[in-house]
Amino acid sequence: MNTVIQIDQLSKSYVVPVRGAGVRASIASLVRRKTRTVEAVKEISLSVDAGEIVGFLGPNGAGKTTTLKMLSGLLHPTSGTASVLGFEPWKRNNGFLEQITLVMGQRNQLIWDIPVIDSFDRNRVIYRLTRDEYRQRLDELVELLELSELLSKPVRNLSLGERMKCEVAAALLHHPRILFLDEPTLGLDVSMQRRLRSFIEQYNKRTGATVLLTSHYMADVVALCPRVVVIHHGVLLFDGKLADLVRKFSAQKTLVLELEEGQEDLSRFGQVVSQEGSRATIRVPKQDTAEVTARILRELKVQDLNVADPPIDEIIDQVFSGGMA
Amino acid sequence: MHWLRALKAYPAFLRISLLSNLQYRASGAIWMIGSVLEPVVYLTVWSTVARSHGGSVGGYTPEEFAAYYMMLLLVNHMTFTWVMHEFQYRIQYGQLSFALLRPIHPIHEDIALNVSFKAVQLAVILPAVILLSIAFHPKFDVEPSSIALFLPALAMGFLLRFLVEWTLALAAFWTTRVSAINQSYFSVQMLLSGRVAPIALLPTWVATAAGFLPFYYASGFPVDVALGHLTREEVLRGYGIQLVWITVAGVVISLVWKHSARKFTAVGS
Repeated sequence: MNTVIQIDQLSKSYVVPVRGAGVRASIASLVRRKTRTVEAVKEISLSVDAGEIVGFLGPNGAGKTTTLKMLSGLLHPTSGTASVLGFEPWKRNNGFLEQITLVMGQRNQLIWDIPVIDSFDRNRVIYRLTRDEYRQRLDELVELLELSELLSKPVRNLSLGERMKCEVAAALLHHPRILFLDEPTLGLDVSMQRRLRSFIEQYNKRTGATVLLTSHYMADVVALCPRVVVIHHGVLLFDGKLADLVRKFSAQKTLVLELEEGQEDLSRFGQVVSQEGSRATIRVPKQDTAEVTARILRELKVQDLNVADPPIDEIIDQVFSGGMA
Repeated sequence: MHWLRALKAYPAFLRISLLSNLQYRASGAIWMIGSVLEPVVYLTVWSTVARSHGGSVGGYTPEEFAAYYMMLLLVNHMTFTWVMHEFQYRIQYGQLSFALLRPIHPIHEDIALNVSFKAVQLAVILPAVILLSIAFHPKFDVEPSSIALFLPALAMGFLLRFLVEWTLALAAFWTTRVSAINQSYFSVQMLLSGRVAPIALLPTWVATAAGFLPFYYASGFPVDVALGHLTREEVLRGYGIQLVWITVAGVVISLVWKHSARKFTAVGS
């Protein structure tokens, strides 16, 4: 596989002014400004192959967006190196910019007051597409994202979901080889999230483009990203398959029991999550799973027993609230 | 190289920005009220002064003041820009981030946006000039040769003012309080451009300073050219000064832009 993104020890720190509350502190800060350095990203290293879809996970302020911004060329790192398609991103060579795209869920680049199609036409000119290329790509995107009704509407008249679809289409007209998607599904309803997700997947399959995506919605990551990168407090905690993440970080297993005889006190086996009628869910430490399962089977009349990992959201939550597991 | 490539984008940029500007024709027209009122106020003041001084001040009769301010209204409309007001907003709302990631310098779209705005709003300014002419009886002694000399002066005046103000707008990268800078600039511009009074009426040392600074060459100078106030030599010298300032501002922009983009990408937004 050929590597399209190579990051080495990439760090970014910001200097932010510090000031106490109140007038005295304000006056003091006039004379001497106190500052503090915030390390947003600390020595991250990773490499991405062409065609991969990588999901960046982490709570707000973890450093995901900062990382994407460095890789797309919007931010200059404090130290470390990065090469994207052989370019140093923050030099923003035209040759580089023509091959990437950045979509930010909470910001828009379409022109507010004029029909969507005119914003598309602006990108045709900026990215120097021939009329034929433009026509063909536009038709494709219009079909995949169901945009035909929207093209003649001014952007300000679109709903959030409609606007995001158009934003994504505009960002892809030049057929970028690398997509940086920062919270692309932010604020969208579930069905719109799903459609956008399946579109990103299709685009990746069709064009072989590499996708780096950040999202708060685990569903995005579970559906799209075979590989996840977990960043917390600017530090890379995990880089690998989603399944391995679950294995690594889940300290507990969930046992779902279907009992023959109704109520039974199950607290001697583990933490009871729920118990309704004959159905019960208990949680046990991972290393005790085998032993507890054996005991349950010995001591109770069980119709059905299922061992599962806790929901991925819970695992992630655990990772972030407890730091490194 | 970059410029040649960018030039090809202009037809589409102009068309698209024309659409945007047409969307705002009503609010644009309201903006224009201010532009129309300002010269009317100064014209009224100076006409009154001229009459009370026995018919003229510094060689200007009320009718000549009228001609000067009608022409200034037109020229000022053609050369003013709003980029200094807009830059802070662009940085704040992330528009600049997108602009930086496009393989074309953001200044080109700004030029297109300004040019098309002027074209659209001429529909307001021209009738205003005609109506005010009926009211104030300007004395126009405009010769065809003056018009021929006026057009390059006007075009360079626009470019000069645009480049200077675009450069100053970059201050928004360093400070969040650009309005203070803007205010100082507009005060100086007001006086030295010939908007408060024709430069010929200002104290000698101010007029001399204005003769070297860029402000006059984007407003008063094209007016003086059109009205035939200047000798051929003075016009050519004015062109020269315009070209010098355009070059200076162009060089400064290309240097400062790199720095400010670097500054922006160091701080982030």
